[in-house]
Amino acid sequence: MASLWQYANPQKFLAVSRAVLPFVAGGAAICLVVGLVWGFFFTPDDYKQGSTVKIIYLHVPAALMAINAWLMMLVASLIWLVRRHHVSALAAKAAAPIGITMTVIALVTGAIWGEPMWGTYWAWDPRLTSFLILFLFYLGYSALWQAIESPDAAADLTSVLCMVGSVFAILSRYAVNFWNQGLHQGASLSLDKEENVSDVFYLPLLVCIAGFILLFVALVLLRTQTEIRQRQLKALEARERMA
Amino acid sequence: MIALFWRDMRLAMRAGGGFGLGLSFFLILTVLVPFGVGPQSEILSVIAPGILWVGALLACLLSLDRIFALDFEDGSLDLLATAPIPLEGVVAMKAAAHWVTTGLPLVIAAPVLGVLLHLEGGAVRWLILGLIIGTPALSMIGAFGAGLTVGLKRGGLLMSLLVLPLYVPTLIFGAEVVKRGALGMEVQGVILILTAITLAVWALLPFAAAAALRINLR
Amino acid sequence: MPDLGKYADAVLGSYAVTIVLLVALIGHSVWRGRRVRRQLAEIQARNGK
Repeated sequence: MASLWQYANPQKFLAVSRAVLPFVAGGAAICLVVGLVWGFFFTPDDYKQGSTVKIIYLHVPAALMAINAWLMMLVASLIWLVRRHHVSALAAKAAAPIGITMTVIALVTGAIWGEPMWGTYWAWDPRLTSFLILFLFYLGYSALWQAIESPDAAADLTSVLCMVGSVFAILSRYAVNFWNQGLHQGASLSLDKEENVSDVFYLPLLVCIAGFILLFVALVLLRTQTEIRQRQLKALEARERMA
Repeated sequence: MIALFWRDMRLAMRAGGGFGLGLSFFLILTVLVPFGVGPQSEILSVIAPGILWVGALLACLLSLDRIFALDFEDGSLDLLATAPIPLEGVVAMKAAAHWVTTGLPLVIAAPVLGVLLHLEGGAVRWLILGLIIGTPALSMIGAFGAGLTVGLKRGGLLMSLLVLPLYVPTLIFGAEVVKRGALGMEVQGVILILTAITLAVWALLPFAAAAALRINLR
Repeated sequence: MPDLGKYADAVLGSYAVTIVLLVALIGHSVWRGRRVRRQLAEIQARNGK
């Protein structure tokens, strides 16, 4: 199987991503630094939440990326299943650890943000709970990649899992909302962007979101390159062993 | 296809077939909980429905990896895959046999074990109803997980990691049925949702599970 | 440093955790990328590509 690896598509990807990566990474660094410094140092406190509102510049972008990373994995998995582009399957594999990190950041910052408001580090708030479930899906996805030896089978099985998992993730979102709605009406953590509509908070938030998106793209490009090279490495090692 | 169903039933019932395993686990779990939580009946009766549901989930998991693994190992799964019946049908029959030999006994055992946990009298029928509707979904979702991991030598733990998050919607709505029913609240909507989940799972997951099996049989 | 008031621990804690996690992620990605690239170059050199 390894000797059938045709490098045409992956080579093009490596070439293009090598050219593009410095710019994406640079853009990410600029947006992140500008956004976070702006938000941390140059915005006022919120009337209700005090200085904890500054956590929004971490929590919201991370939460958005946690979900978007999974969506990207879903699309990449579909492309793999339909078009059999290896780069697509590897890109999904590469995105998973980034998504996991974003989910953890969202959970931890969400919990820390909630503590002054609720008096407890964890509350089974529907949104936080949904992210916890998403975290579990990410773990399962990554674990399956690690467990299956044949690379193509691993790509296929994880793609199927990603698709089924996506349906259940959405279903769980509604289930969790349903599960917690009766208990804490009004005390659920409202970290919506809608709550802080004033430009003062919104603009640095947008810059931070842009920074996180660019960071995600840069890391996916980098990690996919690594996955491609890793495959080439395994193929050459296998050939060496047989020679 | 029916023959396949009866064959799997017989295999499960045989000694070493795992039939009693799920029930025994369910019993042990129910006995352990008061040791961990304390014997006060007020506390136990509040958590009893949830414990019984979670116990049912975990007990289901135990016998899931043998759905396909045994046939995979001795080559019969290859034969089944090339047989005239569609692989999706094979999955459905195996999941059905699993439900009858694992899920259904759990449903019957639950109210009995509920006595140990001071389960409220008014909650019993809602627990049974929820479990009857929900456990078939557990078997089918489990079949999907088993299909994904069938080739792995020690895939049991990985399968649990994959399958348990998929159980969350059924668990939430099943527990909701008991909670609302016991309080006398409006419960129809929740039952409908739970039923819808089970039906959708049975309609769609056989295809995903069959796809996974075909990948693993390559 | 702006006056964070009584929430200083929470805010600084969040920023610290986030920065640590992001640095770890970026660091690991770069480290693994370099390592695999080096190993690949070695084996290609060995085999005369």
